[in-house]
Amino acid sequence: MNDVLVGIILATLGAGTPLVFAALGELITEKSGVLNLGVEGMMLVGAVCGFAVAADTGSLWLGVVTAMTAGAFMALLFGVLTLTFQANQVAAGLALTIFGVGLSAYIGLEYTSVALTGLQAVHIPLLSSMPLIGPTIFSLDPLMYLSFVLLAAISYFLYRSKAGLLLRAIGESPRSAHSIGYPVIRIRYLAVLFGGGMAGLGGAYLALVYTPLWVEGMTAGRGWISLALVVFATWRPARVILGAYLFGGVTILQLHVQGLGIDLPAQLLSSLPYIATIVVLVLISRDINTIRLNSPASIGKTFHPGA
Amino acid sequence: MRFKIEARPQPSARMAYLSPLIAVGLTLFTGLILSTLVGTNPLDAFYAFFIAPIDDWYGLGELGVKAAPLMLIAVGLAIGFRANIWNIGAEGQLAVGAICGGGLALWFYESSSVFLLPAMIVAGCIGGMLWSSIPAFLRTRFNTNEILVSLMLNYVAVLILSYLVHDPWRDPSGFNFPESRLFTDAASLPIILDGTRLHAGFIIALLVVALGWVFVRKSFVGYKMQVVGMADSAALYAGFRRKHMVWIGLLAGGGAAGIAGISEVAGPIGQLLPSVSPGYGYAAIIVAFVGRLHPVGILFASLLMSLLYLGGESAQMLLGLPSAVTGVFQGVLLFFLLAADLFINYRIRREPAVSPIVAATAADTEVTP
Repeated sequence: MNDVLVGIILATLGAGTPLVFAALGELITEKSGVLNLGVEGMMLVGAVCGFAVAADTGSLWLGVVTAMTAGAFMALLFGVLTLTFQANQVAAGLALTIFGVGLSAYIGLEYTSVALTGLQAVHIPLLSSMPLIGPTIFSLDPLMYLSFVLLAAISYFLYRSKAGLLLRAIGESPRSAHSIGYPVIRIRYLAVLFGGGMAGLGGAYLALVYTPLWVEGMTAGRGWISLALVVFATWRPARVILGAYLFGGVTILQLHVQGLGIDLPAQLLSSLPYIATIVVLVLISRDINTIRLNSPASIGKTFHPGA
Repeated sequence: MRFKIEARPQPSARMAYLSPLIAVGLTLFTGLILSTLVGTNPLDAFYAFFIAPIDDWYGLGELGVKAAPLMLIAVGLAIGFRANIWNIGAEGQLAVGAICGGGLALWFYESSSVFLLPAMIVAGCIGGMLWSSIPAFLRTRFNTNEILVSLMLNYVAVLILSYLVHDPWRDPSGFNFPESRLFTDAASLPIILDGTRLHAGFIIALLVVALGWVFVRKSFVGYKMQVVGMADSAALYAGFRRKHMVWIGLLAGGGAAGIAGISEVAGPIGQLLPSVSPGYGYAAIIVAFVGRLHPVGILFASLLMSLLYLGGESAQMLLGLPSAVTGVFQGVLLFFLLAADLFINYRIRREPAVSPIVAATAADTEVTP
């Protein structure tokens, strides 16, 4: 029984971690007042670039770094369009996803039948031999530990540092921040790039740890679910991670329901995470004030410093 | 001397028309550069992409076959986009349209009634509208973001279609392949050009484009939708109901996508398959933007996008390029369009090192004692 429980917890964490990365990145982007709907595209390009480099060089870590760089590069495209060229953020985000889906399929053609050994779990001495919490907290893969560190760092940055305060101020009122001399566009660029790097990291987790292989369109909507998670978390980092594991749990549930011999069509079970996303979005948006109070006031609006 | 981006006093109407052309030109240019980089002769690539697919009647027919669903969906989506209602669930609405219309064809498999085909098209339209009414209802009743809901429903719809053709609707004599029975003649759209696959769905698409034009240009509701999109507060002041706009925007997109879905399965495909669209629902978003959200523009943009699909297939056959390049160029095209759109509202001005006004006032103060 214990083994089953450990298995379920580990699988849940694994399914949730790509969402943690992508959603935390998007959270920072949105806090600066920019809505980047291109997460799905950035994750896919991150995943394929990370996988390709890891497969060619044999270095998983080089793959991870490449994935983050590729994600950030995709985000740069978005930044140039929306921040420099003042394009509509919704349209530019959709363009980024469409582009990313195509580009990743193109890059990934040679890698569809390549197998890799993913990142292995790190067993922390002594602690990892404790029952239940040993294998579920102290024997995780390094990127999962990184996700905990990033959560702590981002929470500290947003609510305890001056730079975080500035980021939030820009998201609430870019006009005021600009008028007292802060470089709104430059800071938004940084936030967008960070979001891209994190989405790339989420993609790397999928392609280098979770599966580990490259399949066309392998994110299967996880980028979009990450966007929904940010709303679900009412733009708070700690709730993002909770929400991500909740979705991880729903993803795992479908596998176990089949294992328990409950006779439901596989396709209907596979649609569970998407339906769950809609349900939680409805629950959280039902009260218009929750969203209005928590969302960055300037989100999605273009800002032109000279106008 | 330096360059400065400044706001135009009025948006430039000329740039609004030029910008899609500039975007197409730049995409073409990027393609030629990229093909040179991967070692293909740019002229060969150009020929394979844009000439070879349409150098005979069959090819021109294919152009229409692929343009039909694109223009249908884009015209419907554009009605919502004009009012800032972002329905990106056309891919799913298309699938549900195919399920509802195709379900009718399978249900009345023995029928040879002339009413079967029209009923299927109506069912497809209603199916698409039902699917898009989910985000509309959640948005108007619970304030839920329609972008995310409509997108999530794409995955759900495709999974439902996959379930149906794998299990209950599978062809009993189909060697276990996940596909339905082939539709009978009474349930198939007739070919309108001999020797091609161009079917009556193309005419339906043109009719819907015309209908869209009437809606946008001549109807009061169409006008109200545009006001909502351009100035939300003005629309509220004038008493336009935002909720009505959400419903109209999403139902128009869903209905059109549903018709596109049934036209595909009753037209070129001829049966229900696990996948009934190579991403038309997403490509139509680009078509709507490149067509300036205007039905006539969309007509041309859908032909262009169709050519991009055909070009991808032809480049795969002639040059061995992977067909995934189509997706890349779809994205690039939209990038360039969005960037070029900056110059509708802004212009680049050369600015002298010293601003003339400062120089003039400085001269004035020197002259007066």
